[in-house]
Amino acid sequence: MEDIKPVMFKVTVDGVEVEVAPGTTIIQAARKIGPEVAPPAMCYYEPLKGSGGKCRACLVKVTAGSAKDPRPMPKLVASCITPVQDGMIVENFTSPQVVEARKGVVEFLLLNHPLDCPVCDQAGECHLQDFAFENGTSTTRYEEERRTFEKEDIGPFVQLHMTRCVLCYRCVYTADQITDGRVHGVMGRGDHAEISTYIGRAIDNDFSGNVIDVCPVGALTDKTYRFKNRVWFSKPVDAHCECDKCCGNVQLWYRGDEVIRVTARKNEWGEVTAFICNTCRFEKKKTSDWVIEGPTKVNRASVISANKYGSNFIKKPDFALKLAESQFKNIDDSRPYVNDMSEIKQSEDYKVLKQINDSYFKK
Amino acid sequence: MSIKILTEHCSTPGIETFEVYRQKGGYVAVEKAVKKMTPEEVVEEVKKSGVRGRGGAGFPMGMKWSFLAKPEGIPRYLVCNADESEPGTFKDHYLMKTIPHLLIEGMIISSYALGANKSFIYVRGELMYVIRILEKAIEEAKAAGFLGKNILGSGYDLELIIQPGGGAYICGEETALLESLEGKRGNPRNKPPFPAVKGLYQSPTVVNNVESIATVSWIINNGGEAYAAVGVGKSTGTKLISASGHINKPGVYEIELGLSCDEFLNSDEYCGGVRTGHRLKAVVAGGSSVPIVPGALFLKNANGEDRLMSYESLSDGGFATGTMLGSGGFIAFDETACIVRNTWNFSRFYEHESCGQCSPCREGTGWMQKVLNRIEHGKGSMSDIDLLVDVSKKIEGNTICPLGDAAAWPVASAIRHFRDEFEWHIQHPLEATKAGAVYMGAVLV
Repeated sequence: MEDIKPVMFKVTVDGVEVEVAPGTTIIQAARKIGPEVAPPAMCYYEPLKGSGGKCRACLVKVTAGSAKDPRPMPKLVASCITPVQDGMIVENFTSPQVVEARKGVVEFLLLNHPLDCPVCDQAGECHLQDFAFENGTSTTRYEEERRTFEKEDIGPFVQLHMTRCVLCYRCVYTADQITDGRVHGVMGRGDHAEISTYIGRAIDNDFSGNVIDVCPVGALTDKTYRFKNRVWFSKPVDAHCECDKCCGNVQLWYRGDEVIRVTARKNEWGEVTAFICNTCRFEKKKTSDWVIEGPTKVNRASVISANKYGSNFIKKPDFALKLAESQFKNIDDSRPYVNDMSEIKQSEDYKVLKQINDSYFKK
Repeated sequence: MSIKILTEHCSTPGIETFEVYRQKGGYVAVEKAVKKMTPEEVVEEVKKSGVRGRGGAGFPMGMKWSFLAKPEGIPRYLVCNADESEPGTFKDHYLMKTIPHLLIEGMIISSYALGANKSFIYVRGELMYVIRILEKAIEEAKAAGFLGKNILGSGYDLELIIQPGGGAYICGEETALLESLEGKRGNPRNKPPFPAVKGLYQSPTVVNNVESIATVSWIINNGGEAYAAVGVGKSTGTKLISASGHINKPGVYEIELGLSCDEFLNSDEYCGGVRTGHRLKAVVAGGSSVPIVPGALFLKNANGEDRLMSYESLSDGGFATGTMLGSGGFIAFDETACIVRNTWNFSRFYEHESCGQCSPCREGTGWMQKVLNRIEHGKGSMSDIDLLVDVSKKIEGNTICPLGDAAAWPVASAIRHFRDEFEWHIQHPLEATKAGAVYMGAVLV
């Protein structure tokens, strides 16, 4: 038999080359390289088929379409839905155009977001917080009234805060692909579109709790955990149990000796690795229900790791280095160095400044 | 008298009935195509004609047809986009209600060329009476043997289905239209895959505008070369222009592409000039989503050459000084029109019609509308103008479908050309918010 070699595509993201299988999207190729070059994603969720393309957070610039046709793509493309070509060159954080567009996306997503992080259960593990912190600006130019919604009860376990929603559609895909029947969806259009259930229906099935885990913001939260704790005051622990409905692999969140929350395990991109059932999530809240495997590995830059490890261990977050790097400039000053200050000392400005300076130090 | 391809028989009484349409040479093209030509020959003829998509983007129709994937065992579909809802455009509406058989005939030939056995006409839901007219026309065509099983004994079957839309502007975007046709929420799809590969029900699909399809029967009767001889350069054939606004004779006009803009605006055959006693201030040349230009830039381009009504000439000068032919929704404004109010009005439309799927469009359209609302009502500040420009830049090109661009262009172009008027609004809120207040500094033609 002939030896069949799988064809691999070479892709360059921010100057780093990687080999991936055909059909891979740009974001997956970038994630293969590592978090330094991986574009952020607010709506794309690898386990959910069809997700992505909506938030535009992952926009990248393709400077060469492929080795055969090295023309650049005319517009920024959403990296989560664009498949790679052999020889494709992608610019992510290195392209000022992308950085600028992403700032715009942050601004747009925060436009109608209530910014109620101090009372939001998601704070600390919120993708929008991370995304805005790493890619956005610290001010807003929005002066208008924010859009709000009527409060709606969608079921016994899941709390809906529509004002926080960024309309990523993840919960819709989850309900379609994980549960038996979807009873919620997006109603309305434009900036008044909202997640809602069909008239009078409650989300009630064995896997409905997973919408909480996939929600990137605090729009869908756990009613049994509501206002109980801040994420960074609890300790995540990996555990499992025998469950006839799901795999039973979960994370327990402890406050002291008490299990205050159960969630599915997530990978480094914040994506659920295995969905869990509602019995595991909402009902088994005693340590005796579980077999403990050990502490969950938490990224040291995450706020969840705060107060839990010695300060020596905490790695400086990447963004500070990135900021320093972006603002660092080689000194290119060809002016002659003036050693004697006599000329400067003659100027009026100098005299005024010196007076102020002297009076300040005398005090 | 210039050539009329689509509207030649429009004034004939009873043309909406099968008998009269047949007497005037209708369905001859179907006979010719189905009996004497292979589908490839029909596609070739359309390619030769160089006819460009009349829905707004102006993509060559023959090219679009030849991109259609043809895998074995999978049906192919032709969908006619009759969800015309761009402010200022009403040509398809006119064509469908006046001469419905022209569209039906075009659909039969096009479906035959593409090998589609089931074709759809997606009509916007507000036009219920037009849907009735089309349904009646389909019944008549079926009774005469031009539709249904074994058309004219050729062995070719075609079922033509009319689907009323729910009245969403976004469903005029081809992939949103397909979603809506499948019975889902009308959200545009991510591309690729393009409809030519995976369209309706994941099958290869071609989506064409009403006017584009209506030209096909003439092309088959007279040949692609004859069609290509009409028009100018790459803008071949004729185009329906729906003229509205401050002109003496609003209405739908068929023009030969390449007609001078001056003639179109001022000749009695077409618009009949700007409203008597007034002067031209600005023009939206191709429906609300194309950039608005001052009257002078509509008549002559930046180099002082006369502009022609064609795809190339109107977009001459790019976004800085040009505009686009778009879908042919011509709106003229005289000096009494307030550009700020008009821009706000367009923005309100786009905010209302944004599907809410991708964030720049969902949030950006609302933001622009609110800021423009403030400026219009005398509560703006000077920084708002630059804010609008920046927001429009951040929407443009970063969205899933062209609705984001369509929302951004009118705002960006209005500020580019009429910045002084925006400034006047902000600096003189009391004057500007008076009913009937007119900005006096506008340059008129």
